[in-house]
Amino acid sequence: MVEITVNGERRRVEVEGDTPLLWVLRDTLGLTGTKYGCGIAQCGACTVLVDGVAIRSCQLPVADLGGRAITTIEAVEADPVGRRVVEAWVALDVPQCGYCQSGQVMAATALLKQAPRPSEAAIQAAMSNLCRCGTYNAIAAGVRRAAEPA
Amino acid sequence: MRARNLSRRAALAGALGGGLVLAIGLPRREGRAKPAPATPHARKVAAYLAIAPDGRITLQSPFAEGGQGIHTAVAQIVAEELDADLDAFAVETAPAGADYQVLAGGTRRVTGGSFSVRGSYAHFRLLGATARAMLVQAAAERLAVPLTECSTEPGFVVHAPSGRRIAYGALAQDAAALPVPADARPKAGPFRLIGHPAPRLDSRAKATGQARYAIDMAVEGMLQAAVRHAPRAGAEPGEVLNEAALRAMPGVHSVHRLPGAVAVLADSFWRARQAAAKLEVVWTALSGQAVVPEDFSSAGHLGLLRAQADAGGNPAGDLRGDAPAALAAAAQRVEADYDAPYLAHAQLEPPSATVGFNADGTLDAWVPNQAPELFQGIAAREAGIEAAKVRIHSPLLGGFFGRHFAYGPQHPMNQAIRLARAVEKPVKVIWTREEEFSRDAYRPLSFARLRAGLDGQGRIVALHATVPGEGPVARHFGPERLGNPPMDSSAVEGLAGKPYDIPNRRVDWVHVPHAVNIGFWRSVGHSMNDFFYEAFLDEVAEAAGQDPLAFRRAHLAHSARHLALLDAVVELSGGWRRGPYDTPDGTRRARGLAMASPFGSEVATIAEVSVRDGAAVVHEVFVAIDPGSVVNPAIVAAQVESAVCIGLSSAAFEAVVFEDGRPRQRNFDTYRILSRAEMPRVQVRIVESGAPMGGVGEPGVPGVPPAVANALAVLTGRRIRSLPFSQERLGQA
Repeated sequence: MVEITVNGERRRVEVEGDTPLLWVLRDTLGLTGTKYGCGIAQCGACTVLVDGVAIRSCQLPVADLGGRAITTIEAVEADPVGRRVVEAWVALDVPQCGYCQSGQVMAATALLKQAPRPSEAAIQAAMSNLCRCGTYNAIAAGVRRAAEPA
Repeated sequence: MRARNLSRRAALAGALGGGLVLAIGLPRREGRAKPAPATPHARKVAAYLAIAPDGRITLQSPFAEGGQGIHTAVAQIVAEELDADLDAFAVETAPAGADYQVLAGGTRRVTGGSFSVRGSYAHFRLLGATARAMLVQAAAERLAVPLTECSTEPGFVVHAPSGRRIAYGALAQDAAALPVPADARPKAGPFRLIGHPAPRLDSRAKATGQARYAIDMAVEGMLQAAVRHAPRAGAEPGEVLNEAALRAMPGVHSVHRLPGAVAVLADSFWRARQAAAKLEVVWTALSGQAVVPEDFSSAGHLGLLRAQADAGGNPAGDLRGDAPAALAAAAQRVEADYDAPYLAHAQLEPPSATVGFNADGTLDAWVPNQAPELFQGIAAREAGIEAAKVRIHSPLLGGFFGRHFAYGPQHPMNQAIRLARAVEKPVKVIWTREEEFSRDAYRPLSFARLRAGLDGQGRIVALHATVPGEGPVARHFGPERLGNPPMDSSAVEGLAGKPYDIPNRRVDWVHVPHAVNIGFWRSVGHSMNDFFYEAFLDEVAEAAGQDPLAFRRAHLAHSARHLALLDAVVELSGGWRRGPYDTPDGTRRARGLAMASPFGSEVATIAEVSVRDGAAVVHEVFVAIDPGSVVNPAIVAAQVESAVCIGLSSAAFEAVVFEDGRPRQRNFDTYRILSRAEMPRVQVRIVESGAPMGGVGEPGVPGVPPAVANALAVLTGRRIRSLPFSQERLGQA
């Protein structure tokens, strides 16, 4: 049994401590917005926020989280920055198949929380999640749109 | 208890083969687009449309949505004719059923071949017009006014003389009770929605994690399965040596032998996967099965193809003159060999299936698929029940690119059916990325030898290509589809069907089967053949001492459509300059050009590249596409940009390399796909020539690899004839 804090709620989950957070979210808590793509922290489809920082949850043992605050895509609009990111994604029709976009939105939210007006280099560095549909330019445009005006 | 052997019936399914099934499911692909007429199903309004009292409209789409925007596009067509707001629509992928077979004269349905909009445009216009006529009729009757005094505005029937209007939602019930009119006609125009960049219907759900994919399915009481396939395809599981230990692991329910695989069932996927990772299985090769040989390798297969490079084959349909004789007589000859590797689809959603048998003898299956009727038939056979008792649910696809046809019995759905039957509970099977990359139906490794002959004026008098190999059509559709003499269109398209005026041309196909499974991959044969042809064409232009653009123009003088497309891409790119040239940012750049004629559309592509630290940097890609006419230019542009990404990714990085009968690439750490850092700026010009509507989802792909390779050749002085080009360090000329 492990206790974690997900989207502001304390949750007790009956899993082995080495279970990756991804599968606790998806299977135990039914929060399927966070996606499985590779399982080896390469693609970023499983990106969530841990204390506001973008983390790939597929390689993150749930026992390591302690009381840290986990935010998933399901709660992203509760955050003002997250809400701006979602609005930008919708306004620009960023998603195609959409499967990577939960992770992209979380990565963008983490970036903009940390750097409200990120440089192109910062966008490049932070937005490293894979997208097989090739929405990369739209993603970058979405980040710029969601950024605070200079 | 021993692992239950569920393999026996599978051998039977394997013998029946997925190929025959696929042949029934897919329409013959036409080289040229023909406008598809409305099908007999176009007046079946009730099968497609439900209008709720609040005005919300639910539309059943025959086509699966996997990012290509088809759900928005079909709603846009219907909304135009129905005269409704697009944002009133919710779109679902329709269940299996005859009413939704809108292709091939109302007898087939697949989501593929870049067919969806062009194949259903007339159908959905008539459907929308028919539904509108019923709403108008219902309103006229309710208001007791002549039909001719009624008109519509989005979402309402309007009676102008009395100033009254009734919302569609308030009329839908009465309208549904009316006889379906046989004489409704689509409007003549102008269009309010068709041809306009309407926003997509699914962006918010996808930006907020609410969109549901097959892998997200959960059914009450289900078990989850992780599978481990044989290291080499074709081997069968013998004994599971550590079954007792695995069954003692937390949450593990049972261990099962499946055709070519072993499955572990548990109460969560992670627990199943943990146990599956520890499986110790004795694998045995059964005689009579398609076993990938122990010594099979990509390099070895390429050698087999190369050995047939001068073999006599069957000519493709665009045979003209006598290419070998004209080559022999030509003033100058150019010859080169080209090759491209096996590719994984690498759609980001790993395959899965959730299956449950119901007490009434029916079966529900949630499965990513491009062909519900095909999967219904497969499920019925696997389950041993009638097709009518199988409900196929087709959630959103987390990318597909050709992955979600059925390419044989090794599939999560077949596995889930077998497991659900064995444990008498619903079962969800997920393939890990590693299992997916080892059991994908790969884009075939391909090879071509090209020979061109020039006359004294530098015009091509002969072009002869030999393609030893096999495409997914020959592999999965059976000999009857190949014709007589046999010809695999999916092996030669992109070498055959080129628009250039060459008096003697011949593309020979020599059938050399693959030991590994192959499938349709975005733009299919075009994905490598247009690279072979267009890169070679630049070599020929160079031999003729001509600029690649001028050389193409000279061989396209007969085609105003192609010349206009070249003009469009040149203008979009700010004027043709081949380079190399220096730019203000200090990079030395060059540009390459390529043309392609895939899926009824015409495409011209220009890429601008530089070389940094021995690697290509693609700065800009300009694409002019002429699909005849379009429904949603924003979605078309997005699809072209998407195609540029996967096209460049395939050219630069991607390869599944087989050694010792096994693929070396099992995940994204070794199967590199294009990342954001490598994404070029993309500019798209849509040319609506008014030609019959062509495809959109795939046509942007094939021009990208040759355009980039041609630019790199200018820059480095070395031709790229083998993909991916990142396998070699690039020098700067």
